Amino acid sequence: MKETIIEFKNFGYKYRSQAEPTVTDINLKIGKGERIIIVGPSGCGKSTLAHCLNGLNPFSYPGEIIGSLKICGHESKDMGIFGLSKFVGTVLQDTDGQFIGMTVLEDIAFAMENDMVEQEELKKRTLQAADKVYLLDKIESAPHDLSGGQKQRVSLAGVLVNKVPILMFDEPLANLDPASGKKAIELIDEIQKETDTTVVIIEHRLEDALYMGADRIILMVDGKIVSDTTPSELFASDRLAEAGIREPLYITALKYAGVKLEKNMSLQRIQELKLSDEQKELVKMWFYQEKWEQIKEHTKKLLSVEKLSFGYTEKAYNLSDVSFDVYEGEMTGIVGKNGAGKSTLAKLLCGFEKQNKGIICLEGKDISEDNIKERAKTIGYVMQNPNQMISKPMIFEEVALSLEVAHLPKEEIEERVHKALKVCGLYEFRNWPISALSYGQKKRVTIASILVQNPKILILDEPTAGQDFRHYTEIMEFLKELNKQGITVLMITHDMHLLLEYTNRSLVFSDGHLIADTTPVELFADKDLLEDANLKETSLFELANMCGLPPKEFIHKFIIYDRNLRSRREEVS
Amino acid sequence: MSTALSYVERDSVIHQMTGTTKLFFFLFWSVAAMITYDTRVLVGMFLFGCVLFKISKLKWKEISFALIFMFTLMAINIVGIYVFAPEQGVEIYGTRHVVAELFWRYSITLEQLFYMFNFLMKYMAVIPIALLFIMTTNPSEFAASMNKIGISYRVGYSVAIALRYIPDIQRDYREISQAQQARGISLGKDEKTLDRIKNSAAILFPLVLSSIQRIETISNAMELRGFGKHKKRTWIMAKPMGKRDYVGIVLSIAILAVSVAMIIVNGGRYYNPFI
Repeated sequence: MKETIIEFKNFGYKYRSQAEPTVTDINLKIGKGERIIIVGPSGCGKSTLAHCLNGLNPFSYPGEIIGSLKICGHESKDMGIFGLSKFVGTVLQDTDGQFIGMTVLEDIAFAMENDMVEQEELKKRTLQAADKVYLLDKIESAPHDLSGGQKQRVSLAGVLVNKVPILMFDEPLANLDPASGKKAIELIDEIQKETDTTVVIIEHRLEDALYMGADRIILMVDGKIVSDTTPSELFASDRLAEAGIREPLYITALKYAGVKLEKNMSLQRIQELKLSDEQKELVKMWFYQEKWEQIKEHTKKLLSVEKLSFGYTEKAYNLSDVSFDVYEGEMTGIVGKNGAGKSTLAKLLCGFEKQNKGIICLEGKDISEDNIKERAKTIGYVMQNPNQMISKPMIFEEVALSLEVAHLPKEEIEERVHKALKVCGLYEFRNWPISALSYGQKKRVTIASILVQNPKILILDEPTAGQDFRHYTEIMEFLKELNKQGITVLMITHDMHLLLEYTNRSLVFSDGHLIADTTPVELFADKDLLEDANLKETSLFELANMCGLPPKEFIHKFIIYDRNLRSRREEVS
Repeated sequence: MSTALSYVERDSVIHQMTGTTKLFFFLFWSVAAMITYDTRVLVGMFLFGCVLFKISKLKWKEISFALIFMFTLMAINIVGIYVFAPEQGVEIYGTRHVVAELFWRYSITLEQLFYMFNFLMKYMAVIPIALLFIMTTNPSEFAASMNKIGISYRVGYSVAIALRYIPDIQRDYREISQAQQARGISLGKDEKTLDRIKNSAAILFPLVLSSIQRIETISNAMELRGFGKHKKRTWIMAKPMGKRDYVGIVLSIAILAVSVAMIIVNGGRYYNPFI
């Protein structure tokens, strides 16, 4: 290994407010220029470890360091957060919150300003950094004029100016759509190669992070490192599945096909994957052998949108001439770039905004003139962040809120709240304070608080954003269950797994137009459409090509097989 | 249309001045307008203020909302003066020229009209300059100049940060209130006052919580990039003081001097045309 730059020795960290250490027995060496990905389920301690590297632990979140952490030969606890910032540059997850300056220029210059760099030098280095992340033409822009990916690049430039030897990214993909995420990883790759910086990425979207290739993957579970090895070796083992981390899709597909995975197969990236002819045969056999299953058709028209247009000014419509029908019992994904009109559509359906043109019909009745309150009785809306919806300290009160303000009789409120809580699996918790719940449970509380109004349609904004595999599965299986009970579900999402695994229909928006109304299979086989929606190709596509199989049918096969497997597993348990 | 008053980017002499100059100019100007009731000084300042506004290349429609708001306040103020002190002008100027008798103790006198006109002119003299100060000063640059005159950069930066995140919080508020309205929680006029207060809590509670989370992210991000490391910091937006800045400051001092001089000449704060 090259010169060691980060060294954890019997390291642990205990927050002041916790009785037990959150991470323990960490022994890890990272060399100069290495690319490391740290994965693990939520709460495994990976963020704690990251905070120890950049000094937020213990300098912002007080606690006790056990053992030793040396960065570039210095003991971290002797350096302080400012001392550490000379060595470790951190890009946080929240692209919006970490944008401090009023403009791109000011935000990039921020760290140098604090270092008292003289103005002339300041300007020169800021522009250089902006150029490196391809934002020179946006230098005067304010944050609200930038996309999430661009904001993240600004933050990256903001730490690059200090020429730090270690770059650390805390869930860089969590707030980005797949296409922007891919670009972000490409940029990190490019900068790493150019500067030989050590890169540490904390991320549970492993397949996407691996797009740039990593030297090692550190897997953490319950505050400990359970695996420290090359990607290929890790994928050849079952350790990811055991830890509850999602494997790359092509790995899952190979396992379904019964291919025995070995570390010498270059499993780390689909582009590098080496399959023997026998292995390709196995994939082919799997593809042809299992029978096809038709996805059931829905026939009863529930919601119908006709020539819907909306904009604050006549010239610039956020949404123009959109028509589609929603059938009862569907589970539909609404996809598209930021600003393509997805949220506008949701707002119009819920009556938050009123369309300039067009009609919205529910079960054949025009509801365009209904106000928000009336709409909410049939169309429920769940925001992305549950914390933005919860306004009562107790679960029962929160779920009962909409019924209380409608002054319904007490018995009816209790009956309806209990029913909603039972549906959401929260009945046992009904007298609990909301603060005691996990993120996924809070999400369920917000869904319950909408369900008490007995809506027929549920619209969810990014239901799985930023969730690890376990929480993702928990939320989505719950939505699937609701859907089975007859609630029609519309989801605004960038999550490709969600689209593949749980939806039967995709509405694709671009520049305010509905450009495709199709199935996820068709969507993922159509390169142009994916590009328009800021999604990217799945590795299944490439795997199919590699084995000489038709990609579209291969993806279809995978989806059906995967769903059957999951429902069988469910029956068993 | 934007209703909030905030910095507007333009290319004008006034925009090019440093924030420090504009702050001093605004302060001296306000003191000058506050201490005097001399009609000639006030009208002069008002006209000069309008000229400066013209020079700044700001547009009428950018301030119309704020102006209407301020005029409403002024009207209320003027009416209040008349209701509570209908003889204030007579007391000040020492003569009583009645134009019309109304009822009870209310009559219209030239002195009262003149006094109220002067009062109005005080506002009119300050408003253009106050608007100029707010709308032509880049907040970051202002933070830089505050620091330059010895005020801690933490103070200046907290102002700039607040301005940076106001739009985000406004957006949060809009989204939260829409989602809550869908649950029947409305702040509309058809609700009882008590319900409206209760309902606004249902919107504020999540807003405050999400803002606290945001503050945590911001302060982490700032600290990780070395904010507060040294007693001083530099500013990429800082402007050096130029000739125009010195001219501006001298001008504002001159105006203050005229205002003070007129008090001495008049032998008091009031200019009295009735004697």
